[in-house]
Amino acid sequence: MAGLLLRLAGSLPALAAVIVVTFVLTRVLPGDAATYFAGPTASAESIAQIKAMLGLDRPLPEQFWNYIVALFHGNLGMSLTTGQPVLTDLAARLPASAELTLCGLFVAIGIAVPLGIAAAVRQGKMVDHVCRVLVTAGVSLPVFFTGLLLVYVFYFRLSWLPAPLGRLDAFASPPPTVTGFFLIDAAIAGEWETWRSAAAQLILPAATLGLFALAPIARITRASMLAVLGAEFIRTARASGLSGVTVIITYALRNALLPVITTLGMVFSFLLGANVLVEKVFAWPGIGSYAVEALIASDGAPVQGFVLTMAILYVLLNLTIDMVNRALDPRARRGS
Amino acid sequence: MMAAGANVLAVDGLSVAFRTRAGTVAALDRVSFTVGKGETLALVGESGSGKSVTAYALLGLLDAAGRVTGGSASFEGDDLLRASPRELASIRGRRVGMIFQNPRAALNPIRPIGRQIADVLRRHAGLGPRAAKAAAVEKLREVGIPDPARRAAAYPFELSGGMCQRVMIAIAVAASPALLIADEPTTGLDVTTQAVAMDIMARLAAENGMGTILITHDLALAAERSQRIAVMHAGHIVEDAPTAELLAHPRHPYTRGLLAATPTAAGTLDDLHSVPGGLPDLRRADLPPCRYAERCERRVPGCDDPLAWRELTPGHLVACWNPA
Repeated sequence: MAGLLLRLAGSLPALAAVIVVTFVLTRVLPGDAATYFAGPTASAESIAQIKAMLGLDRPLPEQFWNYIVALFHGNLGMSLTTGQPVLTDLAARLPASAELTLCGLFVAIGIAVPLGIAAAVRQGKMVDHVCRVLVTAGVSLPVFFTGLLLVYVFYFRLSWLPAPLGRLDAFASPPPTVTGFFLIDAAIAGEWETWRSAAAQLILPAATLGLFALAPIARITRASMLAVLGAEFIRTARASGLSGVTVIITYALRNALLPVITTLGMVFSFLLGANVLVEKVFAWPGIGSYAVEALIASDGAPVQGFVLTMAILYVLLNLTIDMVNRALDPRARRGS
Repeated sequence: MMAAGANVLAVDGLSVAFRTRAGTVAALDRVSFTVGKGETLALVGESGSGKSVTAYALLGLLDAAGRVTGGSASFEGDDLLRASPRELASIRGRRVGMIFQNPRAALNPIRPIGRQIADVLRRHAGLGPRAAKAAAVEKLREVGIPDPARRAAAYPFELSGGMCQRVMIAIAVAASPALLIADEPTTGLDVTTQAVAMDIMARLAAENGMGTILITHDLALAAERSQRIAVMHAGHIVEDAPTAELLAHPRHPYTRGLLAATPTAAGTLDDLHSVPGGLPDLRRADLPPCRYAERCERRVPGCDDPLAWRELTPGHLVACWNPA
């Protein structure tokens, strides 16, 4: 437990750096929020007025100080585009992003890990070639392209799935909020119509993210399994007559999972980035599309809030990966 | 040769080839030997002579590139070389145990040692999870691990090399096999630990009438621990004799070379000799019938004739046209 706190404390400098860098970036980026919001016909006077109201006429150190003080009070500032506190916006939109990212990750793991294992066990056989093709396709196709392709095929041509317009179709209303995850909330409330609608909307964007995340996971699983299958202790297990399943799952896979878990952490952070584009393509009301809209409008506070949220998520993610690795690997437990 | 009934294992004409980019390697060529009940046969030879390949071929553990190209291995009524993968899997661990060199790497690094032994017991002794766990502790006690109940929960990295080798032995003999193959079981262990590990194997062999194949490059170890020695060179067995006889009257020039290259307590460094040359390239098409011929100082014109076994005295076999 002390180790956990120590790790958390160790990530504080990184968070501080993120705060400084995003603050500076939003100030030096071209575009001026006050001009944007005053509108094309505004006079220089009204622009100056808005500037003063937003505190943008102050010197940078003072603006920074005010930002830090507000941050410590849990205030991420106001969004000029939505007129809401950034914290409220983020809290409302984070579950949408989280639900999408996690579903994408589950899709990817569900396909990539068995595929990687099969490719390693039957190296050079058909399944290995299938794995190689999928991995190559996964890394070479950008997410917005796969996203649009899937929409074209499954919505436009085949009409199997609903239009890519957010988390629910127009006629469904969101379930009562418990977790913010529609699939979970709808299940809790027993609203299965809503659940089906949410699931139908989720399939394509989750598949898009899943295809993107599949490649690195399958590749690492295959490589890691191959390395472990060649290890001496696998030869011992075989020489002891243990069954194929025991050798491959209990002996090989558990050892091979260690690098896969580490890769999952990286893949998850790639997904957080890829989310921004996928949410845009599928009109998904998550924090990624929120940040893009704010950025285009030179709306600094939401962008800062978004980057900070991502940084915190990233720290928590790495912490989780660490804990899982320690649970799996006795050597890591003793090492610290 | 001994009467067939007394043999646990009779290998006859075992040949193994490996496919490589540079051509086919005839790694083993007509290897024959027997192991009697309770007997320890030492397979001795320099690195690359085919000792380990012999063991892997018998257990069906060769790499994908390796293939048994001929011979038979009669083991308690079964031919190991013709057994299906299923049959082999039920023979391995249950009726034939194997010990590997480098015990730490040969154990699963993230599984407690007790569970690794229990895995074998559950597979071969038909024990349930609880019974297997208790039996695993008992096996650890048998190989002399102190405080076995607590140690059963330890991981290989928490144990010394000698302790790991004891665990390895416990895994190999957990199901009381009729044959134990020990592949360089003492490499990397200090001398005291070596002796302890060998004592444990000898005791188990004596108790259960288990035959042992001791694979080693250490002639001194073989001399001390085996009843018979088979000397391997480049995939051939060149001499096979009772241990005392072989040490007293080595007949094959390679055996004599090996003996001269083995340090003794009484001798000085100047008394040590090296065997000239190296193993021949087994990919060559023009490999001479006797693969030692090109290193041999006793070579005579007759050496180019096909190699044949000759029993010089009862139980002492040599594959040489001009034995000493």
